[in-house]
Amino acid sequence: MRIFVPGDAAAIALGADDVAQAIQNAAARRGLPVEIVRNGSRGMVWLEPLVEAETPAGRIAYGPVEPAAVSGLFEAGFFEGGAHPLRIGRPEDHPFLKRQTRLAFARCGITDPLSLDDYRAHGGLKGLERALAIGPAATVEEVVNSGLRGRGGAGFPTGIKWRTVAETKAQQKYIVCNADEGDSGTFADRMMMEGDPFCLIEGMAIAGIATGATKGYIYIRSEYPHAVAAMREAVRRARKAGFLGERLPGSTHSFDMEVRVGAGAYVCGEETALLDSLEGKRGQVRAKPPLPAHVGLFGKPTVINNVISLASVPFILAEGGAAYRDFGMGRSRGTMPIQLAGNIKHGGLFETAFGITLGELVDDIGGGTASGRPVKAVQVGGPLGAYFPRALFGTPFDYEAFAAADGLIGHGGIVVFDDTVNMLEQARFAFEFCAFESCGKCTPCRIGSKRGAETIDKIRGGIDPGANLALVQELCETMKFGSLCALGGFTPYPVLSAIRHFPEDFGTAAHLAAAE
Amino acid sequence: MTSAIEETARAVISRHLALDGAALPILHALQAEFGYLPEETLPLVAGALNISRAEVYGAATFYHDFHLEPRGKHTLTLCRAEACQAMGGAGLAERAKLRLGVNFGETTAGGEVTLEQTFCLGLCACGPSAMLDGKPVARLTPEKLDAIVDEVRP
Ligand SMILES: Cc1cc2nc3c(=O)[nH]c(=O)nc-3n(C[C@H](O)[C@H](O)[C@H](O)COP(=O)(O)O)c2cc1C
Ligand code: SF4
Repeated sequence: MRIFVPGDAAAIALGADDVAQAIQNAAARRGLPVEIVRNGSRGMVWLEPLVEAETPAGRIAYGPVEPAAVSGLFEAGFFEGGAHPLRIGRPEDHPFLKRQTRLAFARCGITDPLSLDDYRAHGGLKGLERALAIGPAATVEEVVNSGLRGRGGAGFPTGIKWRTVAETKAQQKYIVCNADEGDSGTFADRMMMEGDPFCLIEGMAIAGIATGATKGYIYIRSEYPHAVAAMREAVRRARKAGFLGERLPGSTHSFDMEVRVGAGAYVCGEETALLDSLEGKRGQVRAKPPLPAHVGLFGKPTVINNVISLASVPFILAEGGAAYRDFGMGRSRGTMPIQLAGNIKHGGLFETAFGITLGELVDDIGGGTASGRPVKAVQVGGPLGAYFPRALFGTPFDYEAFAAADGLIGHGGIVVFDDTVNMLEQARFAFEFCAFESCGKCTPCRIGSKRGAETIDKIRGGIDPGANLALVQELCETMKFGSLCALGGFTPYPVLSAIRHFPEDFGTAAHLAAAE
Repeated sequence: MTSAIEETARAVISRHLALDGAALPILHALQAEFGYLPEETLPLVAGALNISRAEVYGAATFYHDFHLEPRGKHTLTLCRAEACQAMGGAGLAERAKLRLGVNFGETTAGGEVTLEQTFCLGLCACGPSAMLDGKPVARLTPEKLDAIVDEVRP
């Protein structure tokens, strides 16, 4: 009998290890043979730990399962999919999963993350095989044609980046995977690395073939020990199976990779700071140009891509760029794993084509707040993203539409707040966070953020609020234009959106008018 | 004269010298070995990597993860980022500080536990969350937090 208990860090944080142990013990007591598979998460985090039994009628899920509930599950005959208050039914029939278009996350939660046989049986390695068959130039063109844009935040076309590196001549080139995932409200990279690590490895190997890079690094934040362990083991197994290393199957291409661990610095998610960190230095942002594509890691041409950008590539190669491009709207092609987080009833990962509205995501799919109170604000795109009021819930999830609404989609995180939130405190936090994480290179970022927090304290204290609000806005202008990277440059997004959309939290309307 | 610390440190360092950009892996390994980065190990890193002491010291002090002082027996890290704020994380942070009698970055007088803050553990759909000695915990409540506090500081 096969039972699935996710080994995903969120499931573990909710007791999955104890649940797995309890199932093992209870089965032993009853003399029932059981094989427990630690799968990835399906992404329905409010149901974690989500336990699944493999029955003749398909996999039947139960959740959220606490260790104490396990003996009851046995009494209900959950090995046969028996009735129980926690019974969810077949996961794929659940509306939350049914409404998704899972391209990057097609296997996550279904397979044993570290089984290469499982990976192959569920369509894995088809992309790599095709890349090897069609060669580097056609591989790059396939990615260009897919319309895939960087999922790390900036939205730069992935294929164009690859083409630049492919066209740059050098003895040594690198593929660097940005797995620093520092944005609050995001966990797609983590879920991918823990739930389907071979998909990322395959994407990186394809990038290597396409650009002529023979070495890859995955830079994973230290806050993700489970992802680090999963990736290290997956790399080891991939190497053993011969799909990493010298001469990939049936070709002359070589590609190998290493997992590196960050050290707790948000700014190291910025690509050039990440490269400095990989080189062993302080993670400080480099001025561009030169682009990493020309002068990157150890001075060599380097592709640096987010986990999800790279993990989207196997599908694109296997099914063709056009198949990916068919999804989406405008210049946002394909799918985005959107992460519903914070105070939300149905939090988790929802992969869907671009174009769905913010309101559909928060209200229909997310089910509103977990607290049951009204939604007051949602922050989209991490700590540097704007706060949106309900009035803007019609905004479609699309790079350009969010930019037009003075926001950004970033890495696709949506953090929901109920009506108990005070937006002045959130604006202050944005400054505080910037001050805490600043790499120190630019004065507006390093000093301006401290001044910003102090000035907001004055507004809160009722000290000359009109003038101080104007000062905050001025400070934001200085940060926007005087910062080398988006940490200093985008901190104004959360601050100014909080002031613009929630003026009532910053004092009377008169103060605001005075600040205009 | 070499201390026992230096001897161990040399062995740890030498295990990583084959890596390109070995500084961070070495600092991580040293911290895993000693629980913090003893000052006397930094010149050894500089020497082994043929870089200046200032560079090593610069890296060791830049990253939030590295500590130049000994730490508590346990480390309790609370997430203070937005998704956890939305679920009452700020209240839990205050409670932890009060119950342990320390601020973030500080260790209890008996050396039992170091309280740390972090900005995101990637457990944002099941906040508020924390990490105890590398083990994640989510859907924290005041009661769950108190149980953790009692566990690390009997
Ligand atoms: C302060 C800061 C933090 C960032 N953090 C991340 C991160 O954690 N993960 C990521 O993929 N990109 C992050 N980025 C964006 C990267 O600089 C870069 O755009 C990305 O790695 C490129 O990959 P992509 O094109 O596949 O998105 C960050 C940028 C800034 C300015
Ligand atoms: S904006 Fe801030 S984080 Fe970015 S380079 Fe300047 S000082 Fe560093």
